[in-house]
Amino acid sequence: MAKLNLLLLLVLVVCALGLVTSQHKSRKLFSELEREQERTRQLEIEYGQLQLEASTWGLHSRIERIAGATLGMRAPDPRRVRTVQKLEPVTDKEAP
Amino acid sequence: MSAASLPIPVRLPVWRARVVLLALLAAFGVLVARSAWLQSVQTGFLREKGEARYSRVLKVPATRGRILDRHGDVLAVSTPVQSVLAIPGDVRATPAQLKALGGLLAMEPREIERLVGDDSRGFVYLKRQLPPETAQRVAALGIAGLHQEREYRRYYPGGETMAHVIGFTGVDDAGLEGIELAQQAQLAGAQGSRRVIKDRLGRVVEDIESIRAARDGRDITLALDAKVQSLAFGALKAAVEAHRARAGAIVAIDVRTGEVLALVNFPTYNPNNRARRSGEQLRNRVVTDTFEPGSTLKPFTAALALELGKATPQTMVQTAPGSMTIASYTIRDAHPAGALSVAQVIQKSSNVGTARLALQMPREEMHALFRRVGFGALPWAGFPGEAAGRLREAKTWRPVEQATMSYGYGLSVSLMQLARAYTVFARDGELVPLSLTRTGMPAAGRQVLSAQTARAVRQMLESAVQPGGTAPRARVMGWRVAGKTGTSHKQENGGYAPNKYIASFVGFAPVSDPRLVIAVMLDEPAAGQHYGGQVAAPVFSQVMQGALRLLGAPHDAPLVPVELPGEGDEAREST
Repeated sequence: MAKLNLLLLLVLVVCALGLVTSQHKSRKLFSELEREQERTRQLEIEYGQLQLEASTWGLHSRIERIAGATLGMRAPDPRRVRTVQKLEPVTDKEAP
Repeated sequence: MSAASLPIPVRLPVWRARVVLLALLAAFGVLVARSAWLQSVQTGFLREKGEARYSRVLKVPATRGRILDRHGDVLAVSTPVQSVLAIPGDVRATPAQLKALGGLLAMEPREIERLVGDDSRGFVYLKRQLPPETAQRVAALGIAGLHQEREYRRYYPGGETMAHVIGFTGVDDAGLEGIELAQQAQLAGAQGSRRVIKDRLGRVVEDIESIRAARDGRDITLALDAKVQSLAFGALKAAVEAHRARAGAIVAIDVRTGEVLALVNFPTYNPNNRARRSGEQLRNRVVTDTFEPGSTLKPFTAALALELGKATPQTMVQTAPGSMTIASYTIRDAHPAGALSVAQVIQKSSNVGTARLALQMPREEMHALFRRVGFGALPWAGFPGEAAGRLREAKTWRPVEQATMSYGYGLSVSLMQLARAYTVFARDGELVPLSLTRTGMPAAGRQVLSAQTARAVRQMLESAVQPGGTAPRARVMGWRVAGKTGTSHKQENGGYAPNKYIASFVGFAPVSDPRLVIAVMLDEPAAGQHYGGQVAAPVFSQVMQGALRLLGAPHDAPLVPVELPGEGDEAREST
């Protein structure tokens, strides 16, 4: 009887320690999850800021100014533009 | 063990044991009663107190949706900023700290002291919406009683170019103008909250419950094309400055889908700068301002005459001697001509000719057509503050009013309505519903005129931009264009101002397969020229040329330079 009680006590102690460890682990993992979620938010914010920056640098008027002033580019004279028409593929039967 | 050492049994009185037992039972009873009291009656209070030791409610931030142009370029985006707030009773700061804080916040230390010294308030904002870097330096000062709060601030990379379409938000991130206001429900996110357990160091260790899930605002993709918009803005700004006009506006509509590709106003404002905004700059003239359109309305009168079978494009109308008197009112042409065909009446923009056509038709029919093309009713493009314009009931029209309305006086429209009405000619008689957001598919229009009539008027409108018409300057190299000028006197103090005009041009291209309707309006050009054909048509041509190239519309005219008209080649209109 006493042996059985001792055995049960031992099992109980092991279980209790196990519970404590798993609780501790879960809290650690949870705080890690929190950190990662915070990082997600930070990255999203950074993404927004980068988009903003891209939009600002890519402003049409700015590109136009740089192309014209710095790079000396200009729109081609329409007389020098050739338009290519997309032709329908000719099948054998229709070909003369 | 000997018997002598056995203890002598002592007989204790029975009541002593009973007393002890009773006392123990009573004590136990008190404990049970107390715990029952705590467990049942006071349980809520106690649980609350217990949780308050370790659980916290945290806000879950939600961001406002972005606004994108049709190609996905960002036009408005929210990004976090910090606000510095103080709890007056708690603030402990040395004069040196106050001075440093004043420097960072661009405030006088005395002003900060005054705000912080006001004990009657629970908290005060010292500065809202600081950039994150400055906020970090404020935090580094380590002043007790100073806290920071994360807020969101809206940025508009497009600045003044897009201002009137997008609008702006207030300090608490709610839309106040433009799309920001119109689509507030879509864009706004809802902040959530959740309950967590925090440990001694303030780290969240367990999630208890989510009280309310955060919902981020939805992104909105506009129909706007940032390139066309910027092109139109550049052209408009240059024209307003060159003609010293009070204001100007342009709207471009995709004929197939009814999408608004560009909408610009000048003067404008920078939505990123909250401080300098006045009413004049904020006005979105395209949708909120109405004006008497003048000659741009003549094609509708001609269309109705064709539709009712009162005339064909070749029918001759006598406009000599260049004036016509109805009751006591005289209608005049700027350049008297003799007999003109209906097509020439439109090409030369003859008031007398249009009035004669109008007087052959029942006023109810004219009213009905104006209603059908959307005048006097909201255009429903989706902007706040859209104007319906003024179109009086047909039975109140006197003959002279019927005559003046045929060439655009006595009723008012917004530039948006006018541009939309011209989709009728561009789309074989169909009026297209407008959309500010990208739809990407052809819109189903409502048949307003027969396709035959619309094509005939299209031809007339093309002749108006040929030499001999009122707007040869509207032509574009490589594409056939069609359109109509308008030059109307502005109303002032109940009469028409003799020298204040609104110059306008509405047109579309390419004529063989129309893609774009563009309407241009300049308010009070004051640099000598004021005719729609001189002031507004070149702007139209410039924007149309660039926009068609951006859209990749196939050419339908030879690529030869457009010859600008010499003196006398250009017909002058009177309205």
